[in-house]
Amino acid sequence: MSRWTRTADPAADAGWKNAPPRKGFFTDSSICIGCKACEVACKEWNGIPEDGLEMLGMSYDNTGSLGASTWRHVAFIEQPRRAVAASGLTPLPVVAARPGENRSFDGAETGIRWLMSSDVCKHCTNAACLDVCPTGSLMRTEFGTVVVQDDICNGCGYCIPACPFGVIDRRQGPPGTRNVGIAQKCTLCYDRLGDGMTPACAQACPTQSIQYGDLDELRVRAQHRVDALHAAGVADAQLYGADPNDGIGGAGAFFLLLDEPEVYGLPPDPVVTTRDLPAMWRTAAIAGATLLAGAAVAFVRARS
Amino acid sequence: MAECHPVGFQWVMEAKDRGATVIHIDPRFTRTSAMADLYVPLRAGSDIAFLGGIINYILSGEKYFREYVVSYTNAATIISEDFQDADQLDGFFSGFDPKTGTYDTTSWAYEGMETAAAAGSRAVAGRQPPAQAGGGGDELGGRGAALPHSEVRRDESLEDPFCVFQILKRHYARYTPEMVERICGVPPDQFAKVCEAVTANSGRERTTSWVYSVGWTQHSVGVQYIRGAAIIQLLLGNMGRPGGGILALRGHASIQGSTDIPTLFDLLPGYLPMPKAGVHGSLDDYLTSIKSDRQKGFWTAADTYVVSLLKAWWGDAATPENDFGFGWLPRINADHSNYQTIVDMLDGKVEGYFLLGQNPAVGSANGKMQRLAMSRLQWLVVRDLNLIESATFWKDGPEIATGEMRTEDIATEVFFLPAAAHTEKDGTFTQTQRLLQWHHKAVEPSGDCRSELHFFYHLGRMLRERLETSALDRDLPLRQLVWEYPLLQGDEPDAEAVLREINGCHLSGEKAGQLLNSFVEMKADGSTAGGCWIYTGVYSDGVNQSARRKPGSEQSWVAPEWGWAWPMNRRILYNRASADPAGRPWSERKAYVWWDEAAGKWTGHDVPDFQATKAPTFRPEPGIGGPDGLAGDDPFIMQSDGKGWLYAPSGLLDGPLPVHYEPIESPLRNAMHTQQSNPTREMFPRTENLSSPSPPDLGAEVFPYVVTTYRLTEHHTAGGMSRWSPYLAELQPEFFCEVSPELAAERGLEHLGWATIVTARTAIEARVLVTDRLTPLTVGGRVIHQIGLPYHWGVGGGGAIVSGDSANDLMGVSLDPNVHIQESKAAACDIQPGRRPTGAALPRFVEAYRQRAGLSVDTGTTRITPPGDGT
Amino acid sequence: MSIRTRVRRWPVLRQLTSGDPLGRGTAVRSAQTEHMMPRTRTADRVIKSICPYCAVGCGQRVYVKGDRVVQIEGDPDSPISRGRLCPKGAASEQLVNSPGRVTTVKYRRPYGTDWEDLPLDRAMEMIADRVLASRERTWEDADEHGRGLHRTLGIASLGGATLDNEENYLIKKLFTAIGVVQVENQARI
Repeated sequence: MSRWTRTADPAADAGWKNAPPRKGFFTDSSICIGCKACEVACKEWNGIPEDGLEMLGMSYDNTGSLGASTWRHVAFIEQPRRAVAASGLTPLPVVAARPGENRSFDGAETGIRWLMSSDVCKHCTNAACLDVCPTGSLMRTEFGTVVVQDDICNGCGYCIPACPFGVIDRRQGPPGTRNVGIAQKCTLCYDRLGDGMTPACAQACPTQSIQYGDLDELRVRAQHRVDALHAAGVADAQLYGADPNDGIGGAGAFFLLLDEPEVYGLPPDPVVTTRDLPAMWRTAAIAGATLLAGAAVAFVRARS
Repeated sequence: MAECHPVGFQWVMEAKDRGATVIHIDPRFTRTSAMADLYVPLRAGSDIAFLGGIINYILSGEKYFREYVVSYTNAATIISEDFQDADQLDGFFSGFDPKTGTYDTTSWAYEGMETAAAAGSRAVAGRQPPAQAGGGGDELGGRGAALPHSEVRRDESLEDPFCVFQILKRHYARYTPEMVERICGVPPDQFAKVCEAVTANSGRERTTSWVYSVGWTQHSVGVQYIRGAAIIQLLLGNMGRPGGGILALRGHASIQGSTDIPTLFDLLPGYLPMPKAGVHGSLDDYLTSIKSDRQKGFWTAADTYVVSLLKAWWGDAATPENDFGFGWLPRINADHSNYQTIVDMLDGKVEGYFLLGQNPAVGSANGKMQRLAMSRLQWLVVRDLNLIESATFWKDGPEIATGEMRTEDIATEVFFLPAAAHTEKDGTFTQTQRLLQWHHKAVEPSGDCRSELHFFYHLGRMLRERLETSALDRDLPLRQLVWEYPLLQGDEPDAEAVLREINGCHLSGEKAGQLLNSFVEMKADGSTAGGCWIYTGVYSDGVNQSARRKPGSEQSWVAPEWGWAWPMNRRILYNRASADPAGRPWSERKAYVWWDEAAGKWTGHDVPDFQATKAPTFRPEPGIGGPDGLAGDDPFIMQSDGKGWLYAPSGLLDGPLPVHYEPIESPLRNAMHTQQSNPTREMFPRTENLSSPSPPDLGAEVFPYVVTTYRLTEHHTAGGMSRWSPYLAELQPEFFCEVSPELAAERGLEHLGWATIVTARTAIEARVLVTDRLTPLTVGGRVIHQIGLPYHWGVGGGGAIVSGDSANDLMGVSLDPNVHIQESKAAACDIQPGRRPTGAALPRFVEAYRQRAGLSVDTGTTRITPPGDGT
Repeated sequence: MSIRTRVRRWPVLRQLTSGDPLGRGTAVRSAQTEHMMPRTRTADRVIKSICPYCAVGCGQRVYVKGDRVVQIEGDPDSPISRGRLCPKGAASEQLVNSPGRVTTVKYRRPYGTDWEDLPLDRAMEMIADRVLASRERTWEDADEHGRGLHRTLGIASLGGATLDNEENYLIKKLFTAIGVVQVENQARI
């Protein structure tokens, strides 16, 4: 299997020897209270500028989407009473009941459910942004996460259309804004991880809707949670991005949702946009090898 | 709770995960509702009917916790035969004086105590707070009122027709599910679910807690809302027990502390009332009035608390011969609360005003009245982190824009002094569970930023220097004042020295100079000092207990070694009630504090809130008062009869039991009684503070909708600590109104468009959020629409990142008579699509509404509602 | 820089020799990335504090570098908050370091149309003068029945809920000693 398509251990694949277990986020939207502490803690830690003072009218969401200056974004979805009742959806996000316990309140007559979920870069196992970056700015860390190195990025923007989730973007802002023109996105707080700390968003999250840890362990925890919700009658609870066999090889940051991904503004079946690159590369390989020799000579000459 | 106290809400989520049922009752669907098992929308201002309905369900369905009720409450106590209830007098209790609008509470008393209550029940002057035995209303922060003695007649069969239990049953019999629907707009099946859940989750094995905030207090009957919850919790045995209680979620870091050590006009530290002119001439008069030696409990030691306070303030100058300086305390003789002060300010009676981290131009009801009042001051001192609207109103207030004020005409001299932030000073906050937590200074404040400690210490120093040689009597209290505090870097007074003064110390005897470990060490002979008796112990063993930070993971779930809770580090008040009368836990599941027979003392997870070695079987000799008068099964040790009060025989100004009254501005006629609104409410009828008419008066249809205000997670109160923060401002950048799709259709409001909201006071504009989270209610056969307004925005001319109209500008000022809190959680309004007029057109626009509704200064001020339905 | 070093840093060689032939990880690590250090690590000291917003009383850890707060985090030791913060608590570093925060005294004279600067000491002296003058003008020794009042209603104060207990204590003590009774705070509102 080509390195381009499927990998189980992205850190080792990127040359990290004795890498720590892969780290990630499990964002459990069933216990998200929509407080946006994650958005603020992220901006505060990472020095991200304020990026818009406009009311959007998307329920309580005035952030809109992820972007160069928004690395956490809480979506708010109001599902009106009539639609919820008619669809047979679980009317309210209920926390799991103990087996055999009767959660008698169906809430149907109160009639609205308000979904909230904190979105973030997925830190894909097969990350297209990384694949297309020509400068080496985008990097796979020893934790298996994907980061932008802003001292390398030249703002070419190839990564922007490559991302199947629309996460990454070049920063815009008035003069004086840090890193304007540079591609930016969540780093899973790479600097904090290196010091054994929890990423800022997960550290702040009041209800532990955002959980940080070893990805393997988070996936097990998430499956238990989904099973518990199903047992409690929340039939539409589902994991998103937790499957290593999906189009991105599984996400390093995955989610428990209470409705279909589209409802939250997430693509239902994301695919790494560089899926077809291996075939293309085989064709280009011969030409590449030829160029390499010439490039080596040129580099040494130019520097001396 | 998820909205305004998200980090506290983690415990609700955890409880829910462990099987707790979460019910949210609120006019609008919030982030809390989203997490609740059951959301119940109700009409703003109708909660007493709702709570009364639950009380009726408990009583009529025999759902109460009988053993708890009989032993621990005043259910069995016999009330005076002169008492007449509101259902007998069509909305009034016995004793109402129509001339003064106040009650003579004599007839509400326990049988045999009528005379004593009468002695204190008359108002001092006009509609002023009565000098009741032990004070009234807010002066009773931590207890019920005083009683002349504790020899009450009880009928523990609860059958006597004049016992509290039977009165309660009769009083709430009319609060049926049908009545709840008619008043609150809550359908009977939904209401039944609440009743079933609350009662099923109460008893020996389970407890229910009630959580409230200003959605309950900001009403003309706000205190009685809380009383309603208190009755439910006492009937169900949910007080003094883990997982029980009535939890006030307070909105500011130390708002609890600012009532304990009160920056309030009617209190001295530790809930001692401020002395009243003509009533409390001497220390003896005062002590006789606030307690009786023959009543039970710890208030009988009030003499030791008062004298220790006076010694802390006046040191050696406070002697037995001069009543320990009691005469130096200024006297109150009226309501001197903030809204009365604002009215006096309008009339030019107030010259100078200090604003200390508060922004009344945005945060107080009737913002225009606030700003007009401040424009009539001679001088104003604003101390804040940012240039809030209250500092800049003379320049950019809405009245400048309308031409109602001109900068050049405003004589007010304004001093803005930048304040130090929490990281720039040492000190304690008292949080919502009475926990004092010390915060350490991290850095020096920059520029002219200073703490309040710095400002007030040095202001005091300067005033003392100026009056050093004064011979005037009035200057003596200041000249004699103990005002010596060690100065640290930057001439900052040592906050620990102040906390030690608050804690108190021995002044003479062998322990002279040592800090007090407990308030029981306080003496009334002048041998101890202590600035706030309930905080005594915060420095026990000479250690700043509030700075303790033993990690939660290294101690029990009660976490007694994190910070320090008053009193005496007790985390749950009245926790004797967590055990049965014999001292055994009500159940193993809910064991908290219990009697250890072998050791002969109380023990448990918390510090027992009871005399440590008093056996459950102890019975005092008749006639013994004070702590020794408490029986072994009297858990409510601050109450003058040791019992939880289902019925308040004294202390409240508007009734011994909660009764449903309509908000002052209501679209509906009171379905319960002829009397429409609280007849004892405090009013300020004047042109700056008009009310709109309610039934049976004509004109109510001009303001057909209910408007209520609230906070959002993303902002903080009047915005002084959030609108200046880009990270918070961008999350909720604009002022908006929330309306249901049905109301939007009725009025042609467009999502994300503009709306103009009008009340009798003014008109403001807001962006429109059409949402199913607001729902029309069917109340009394009518569809009632409610409009929700977050109140965080203001002009923001002093550098705020975002700005908008202020919701509080819409609200009028009428007050709960007990605590002088304004009714700003329910008012009448109209809403129209589009932006409001600007400039001089705005007052004209509002005037047109007033004329259509026939408004005058007298509108809404009728105390006694005439019969009729107004239709 | 020697040729050998330069060659070793040549990305293509790094890609081919570091086990990262596609240049996604170790081979492309920048100098900044290599020397990255969280500011919680480089802080001079950590101060224990309490969040200044609502009354939950969440624990905070304040990281200080030099004379400046560089980070405020939730304190995991707190049994109340367990290290968590809401958006306001998470923004408290911005609250204390806000570039818009006014750090000098502002003065508006009667009928003035704009702010003026004033030294802090001068402002304090002027306030002290005004307190005494207003108190003098509005002092009440007794009411109309001759009952002692010993007070002034000419001066009022509002605020305290955001302040420390020690501050409220000095406020109440001083105002009471000079006869100011209209001392109020948000608890009433």
